[in-house]
Amino acid sequence: MQGTWILSSFTVNHKIDQRYQYLISIVLVCLVSAICFLFSTYIGAQVVAFILLLTLSLIAMSFDILPVLLTALLSALIWDFFFLGPRYNFRVGNTEDKILLSMYFVIALVNAVLTFKIRQIEKIARRKEEKAQTLRLYNTLLNSLSHEFRTPLATIIGATDNLLETPSRLTPHDSKRLLSEISAASLRLNRQVENLLNMSRLESGFIQPKKDWHDMNELAFSIIHQLEEQLAQHRVEVDIREDIPLVKLDYGLMEQVLYNLIYNAALYTPERALIRISARCPHQSLVIVVEDDGPGFPEAEVGRAFDKFYRFTHPPAGNTRIGGSGLGLSIVKGFVEAHNGTVELMNRLTGGARFVISLPVENFSKLTGS
Amino acid sequence: MPILVIDDEAPIRKLLEITLQSNGYTVVQAATAKEGLQKAVSHSPDLIILDLGLPDENGHATLKKVREWYDRPVIILSVQHSETDIITALDNGANDYLVKPFRTGELLARIRSALRSAVGDDNEPVIRLNGLEIDLSSRIVKKDNELLRLTATQYSLLALFGKNAGKVLTHQYLLREIWGESYTDQLQYLRVFIAQLRKKIEKDINYPEHIITESGVGYRFVAGES
Repeated sequence: MQGTWILSSFTVNHKIDQRYQYLISIVLVCLVSAICFLFSTYIGAQVVAFILLLTLSLIAMSFDILPVLLTALLSALIWDFFFLGPRYNFRVGNTEDKILLSMYFVIALVNAVLTFKIRQIEKIARRKEEKAQTLRLYNTLLNSLSHEFRTPLATIIGATDNLLETPSRLTPHDSKRLLSEISAASLRLNRQVENLLNMSRLESGFIQPKKDWHDMNELAFSIIHQLEEQLAQHRVEVDIREDIPLVKLDYGLMEQVLYNLIYNAALYTPERALIRISARCPHQSLVIVVEDDGPGFPEAEVGRAFDKFYRFTHPPAGNTRIGGSGLGLSIVKGFVEAHNGTVELMNRLTGGARFVISLPVENFSKLTGS
Repeated sequence: MPILVIDDEAPIRKLLEITLQSNGYTVVQAATAKEGLQKAVSHSPDLIILDLGLPDENGHATLKKVREWYDRPVIILSVQHSETDIITALDNGANDYLVKPFRTGELLARIRSALRSAVGDDNEPVIRLNGLEIDLSSRIVKKDNELLRLTATQYSLLALFGKNAGKVLTHQYLLREIWGESYTDQLQYLRVFIAQLRKKIEKDINYPEHIITESGVGYRFVAGES
C-alpha cells in the first residue's frame, strides 16, 4: 500500500508545471547555442543544426507539445541569426541555405509532433494496464465477498419466506427466532458494506487522517457500547487510566480499527472468553492493546493475518467460525499506517491473541485545563 | 399534529409509516423536495424527517428553505455518513442526524427527545431534566436536589446544553459560544471541560446518559430518558 502511494505521488511530482517547462526549454536552447557559438570557429552551421535538433528531441521526450513547438521555433531563429551565413541577421544568403533552414524547421516540427504522439500512445497503454490490474483486484474482491453477502442474504430470504408464507404453522417463539436471525444477518451485511467502503477508501490512496483531540476512554467505551449485543456473552475489561492525556488522532479511522479488532475478538472466541482493551501514553505516543484468552492464531498464520483477503486456512481447534471477508484486519493495518503507526499480532504465552497498536501522537494533559 | 416524512425511497417511507403509526404518531409522506415543502406548509407538522438524497433537490438546500420559516424540529435521515455532511446539516438548522441503516428504537428516542425540547418554553428560567435542575436566573444547578459546585465555564457549558436539550451541538458551535470565535479549532479545551462536567453530573462517566458524544461532530444533551 505504502508503495503505491509513493509511486503515485512520484508520477504527480514528475509532471513539471508548464511555466517551468517553457523556462527550462528556453534556457536549455540558449545554453546549447551559446556553447556552440563559442566553438563556432571549429564547427560548421550544419553540425550546430544537428546539435540543436538533438536538444529539441531531448526536450520533446518529457515536455508538453506547446513548449516543444516554441523550442523548435526559437532554435530555428537562433540558428538562422547566429550560425547561418550571413551571420547576425535573419537574412539567408544562398538558395542552399534557404533549403537548409526550411528543412531544419520542418524536421524540428516533425520531431516535436512525433515524439509527442509516441508519448500519448505510451500513456494510453499504461492506463490500459492499470485498468486491467484494477479489474483483476476487483474480481478477487468480488469472489471473496459474494460468500459474505450471500450467507446473510440467504438467511434473510429464507426467514422472511417462512414468516410470510406459513405464519400459522410457526409458534410465536419460532417467529421471534426467525426475526432475530433476520436482524443479525442484516447487521452483518451492513458491517460488510462498511468494510468495503473503507477498503475502497484505502485503495484509492486518499486517506488523509483528520486529526483532532480525543479521549481514549471515550473511544473505547463507545465501541464497547456499539458492540453490546456481540459482547453480551464475553467478559470485557478496559484498562485505561481516567487521567490518560487527550491524544490527537482521526476518530473515525481509529474507531474502525478498534471496532474491527474487538468485533473479531467477540466473533472468534468462545463464550465467557476475556477481551481486554488497554491504552497507555508513553512519551509522545499511544499504545493500544486488544487481547483475548481465546484460541489465538495458528502460529504459522500470524505473519499473514493482515494480508488482504486472509482467512484462517487451518482454523484452530474449537473454532467453529470460519469466513469473514478477509478485509477487517487489512483495514486495521491500513488505517493504523495512515497514522504513521504500526500494528503487531502475537499469540499470548497463556493463550489467545494480542494486537498491539503503536502510534506517534501529540498529547494534551487533561489536568492542565481547569 | 403529524410527522412529515420526506424521502424518495418508498420502502423507507413505508417502514417509517408503520413504525411511527404504531407508536401513536400520524404520518404525512412526501417523495420529493417540492412535495415536501408544499406539505410542510399545508399540514404544519410537529416534526419533519428529511432525507438528504432527494431526486429534485439536494437535501441541504431543502433544509435551508424549510428553516426560513419552520421552527419546529427537523431530523435528518440519510445514507450520507461523512462528518462534513452531518456538520453542514446541523449548521443549517437540523436538530438531529441519523444515518441509514438505523435502529427504529433509536429513531423513536430521537423523535421523543426532539419533540420534548421543542415544547419547552423559552422564557422558563428553570430547566429540569432527569434529576438535573438548572436555574438560569440565579445560575444554580442541582442534581437530585443537591447543589452542584461548577466553575463559571462549566456552568456556561451546561446552561448552553440545557437550553438546547435534544439537539446535536457541533464542536465549533460550542467553542464559539463559550470561548469565542478564535477558539473554534481548540477542541482539546472542550474535551477537558466535557470530562469535568460529566464527572459531576453523570452516574457512570464511561456510559454517559446526559452528555452524549456524536463522534467527530459534537455533543447532544439528552432530554428525558433515552
